[in-house]
Amino acid sequence: MKAAIVVFPGTNRERDMAIALERATGRKPALLFHRETELPAGTDLVVLPGGFSYGDYLRCGAMAAQSPVMQAVKRFAAGGGHVLGVCNGFQILCEAGLLPGALLRNAALRFLSMDCHMRVERAGTPFTAHWQQGAVFRAPMAHGDGNFFADDETLARLNGEGLVAFRYCTPAGEVTPAANRNGARDNIAGILSPNLRLCGLMPHPEDLVDPLMGGEDGLPLFTSLLDQFASA
Amino acid sequence: MKARVTIMPKAGVLDPQGKAIGHALGSLGFDGVGEVRAGKVIELELAETDPAKAQAAAEAMARRLLANTVIESFRVELA
Repeated sequence: MKAAIVVFPGTNRERDMAIALERATGRKPALLFHRETELPAGTDLVVLPGGFSYGDYLRCGAMAAQSPVMQAVKRFAAGGGHVLGVCNGFQILCEAGLLPGALLRNAALRFLSMDCHMRVERAGTPFTAHWQQGAVFRAPMAHGDGNFFADDETLARLNGEGLVAFRYCTPAGEVTPAANRNGARDNIAGILSPNLRLCGLMPHPEDLVDPLMGGEDGLPLFTSLLDQFASA
Repeated sequence: MKARVTIMPKAGVLDPQGKAIGHALGSLGFDGVGEVRAGKVIELELAETDPAKAQAAAEAMARRLLANTVIESFRVELA
């Protein structure tokens, strides 16, 4: 699997993402700077990692969504390419119009830096194939603007068409208001595009992929992707 | 020509910042404050001198970048 990680000014989780991808695939991902206008030839997966691109000016992800490299990412997505956006990467995908909705300021106005649990709402996708439907896993989160918002119609479509990938839940897998620390609508932590090739989520599975990190809960995301391209 | 773009969270979109400001006003003893909404104002200096064209240009900028119309509404005023 050939993965490329996009780096914007202010991105700070690209190394974590590179470690997770290399651990799962045995191959170093390419790092792609924001001024690039083309993706490396043969790219299978583009990853937009976490951070504070362009200082979060205007709105989180708003500037990055207009950057030259994102035009190439949009073409890649339109051609059926796979794109993963984590944290700021999720915000960028929404700002670019590649995924619906938006990420608002956390409901309690506080930056959240803690572990959370998520329930896999849609197994069997390129991003979730190595989890069982309803599986619960842990991931760190670190964001100030992770409160997923979509209007009623969009929300009904996401729920109805099975495009919610992950929901915040208790360690036992219950989707409760208390487990929804940032106030996201319907506890939504991550969503998929209709073709299931774009995925955005707020928490950081890449930071839990090795026993030395305290667990391997996030590894299935990356091994799922690897399988996707091994079988292609 | 100057354009002022006022951007506000849409009705129905949670505005935790506005809520916190409202709460703070209450605790300072300012009574009678109902809902508080917080937005932002962006001032643009435009080379365009035709008001209709300036209005249209500023609205295009707002739709494309300045506002996220999923969660925000905007208003353009020329000065």
